[in-house]
Amino acid sequence: MKYLTEFRDGEIAQRMAAEIRQLTTRPWAIMEVCGGQTHSIMRNGIDQLLPPEVELIHGPGCPVCVTPLEVIDKALAIAAMPGVIFCSFGDMLRVPGSDRDLFRVKSEGGDVRIVYSPLDAVALARQNPDRQVVFFGIGFETTAPANAMAVHVAKTEGLRNFSMLVSHVLVPPAIDAIMRSPTNRVQAFLAAGHVCSVMGFWQYPTLASTHHVPIVITGFEPLDVLEGIRRTIAQLERGEHAVENAYARVVTFDGNRTAQELLEQVFTVSDRSWRGIGVIPASGWRLSDAYRDYDAEHRFAVSDIRTQESTVCRSGEVLQGTIKPTACSAFGERCTPRTPLGATMVSSEGACAAYFNYGHTVQLQRVVSRP
Amino acid sequence: MCLAVPGRISEIFDDGPVRMARLDFGGITKNVCLAYLPDAVVGQYAIVHVGFAISLIDETSAQETLRHFRELGILEEELGEVADEAYAPPPPCPLPS
Ligand code: SF4
Repeated sequence: MKYLTEFRDGEIAQRMAAEIRQLTTRPWAIMEVCGGQTHSIMRNGIDQLLPPEVELIHGPGCPVCVTPLEVIDKALAIAAMPGVIFCSFGDMLRVPGSDRDLFRVKSEGGDVRIVYSPLDAVALARQNPDRQVVFFGIGFETTAPANAMAVHVAKTEGLRNFSMLVSHVLVPPAIDAIMRSPTNRVQAFLAAGHVCSVMGFWQYPTLASTHHVPIVITGFEPLDVLEGIRRTIAQLERGEHAVENAYARVVTFDGNRTAQELLEQVFTVSDRSWRGIGVIPASGWRLSDAYRDYDAEHRFAVSDIRTQESTVCRSGEVLQGTIKPTACSAFGERCTPRTPLGATMVSSEGACAAYFNYGHTVQLQRVVSRP
Repeated sequence: MCLAVPGRISEIFDDGPVRMARLDFGGITKNVCLAYLPDAVVGQYAIVHVGFAISLIDETSAQETLRHFRELGILEEELGEVADEAYAPPPPCPLPS
């Protein structure tokens, strides 16, 4: 395992941390929206570098974690159907549905395949004209352009045996919902850098001014995260609430317009249920009417799914930042990355897994002193 | 699946209707969809997520990021290079049913 001290940048990281300590005069609660940032924070021990007044709250930004149970159960039902090749990103295979996961379906004879890109699933559809190929299209705005293109290519080629089970979620409505929650403690956001590389950050100034909340677009490497935190605290201490781009080497205000155009064509904004959180209005995408034929929910009869949520798992509270994973009674005992009870323990970007993998091992000393 | 890896565009080609590129991620090469970066040229560095190039990045930042991924031992994982067997099925779910 590697820590900040083992990087060439160790000294810079410590300088930045010292600057953050100097800036901080009061307690602040900052949410990193993206699971990739949570992962980086825990893996590199960044939380240990911060002054005790600064609390990092892990946001709902892990696509695997927020995919609703109902959709997982639909995926399981479709994957178990004869004649279906069910394709998914690898980390979805272990996510527990009501009574099993995709691995179980695979071991029981379902043709479940891990693909790297949704275009790989389209290729499988081309190669297997007598089979139905279904791709599990989950994720935030970063993954959506890939999924949109896969559906678009399938339609352009007139492939009749390709469809997608779509469960896309959007970051800005989630930020809005978090700020509107009566139990909210978040005072500033580190926005997800790669979501913004696609969408830009033109949606954020309204959010920042409506909720008087600083939003800093932040990358994923340790120095990126530290810089995001530094800028956020500087704003909080000055009483400001602006949008700042701390990831300018990748993110522009407009984002990737080519991608946004296809997204608009292929998807339509819809209400979405987030696992552990509930429905957030206009917080997701479904396939637009023009692409309805490629919607797996229409192609397969899966509307009468009955779900049964775990009575133990508190991932909803973890995802909303109201409890730390360690507050869950199952954490590290009944629930580990090998035996996950909830999606937040399955995905390496999930907060429970990040705490389990790095939480107890990172020692302050190892982080702040150079060997 | 959340992080995105930078790679160098070494070749650009068409695969049917889709513009593709061959990218070099510090030794590992992969075909990547270039439809969202129509103006990209050979030699540039792009950030890639689930097989799609989504934005350009300068060489220095790209090398730094690649080095970081490598040091953390997550480059292969992020590139989907992990073999199927690595995702061993977990023991049966201990949930009360
Ligand atoms: S530790 Fe496991 S059971 Fe507890 S909240 Fe996290 S995922 Fe759920």
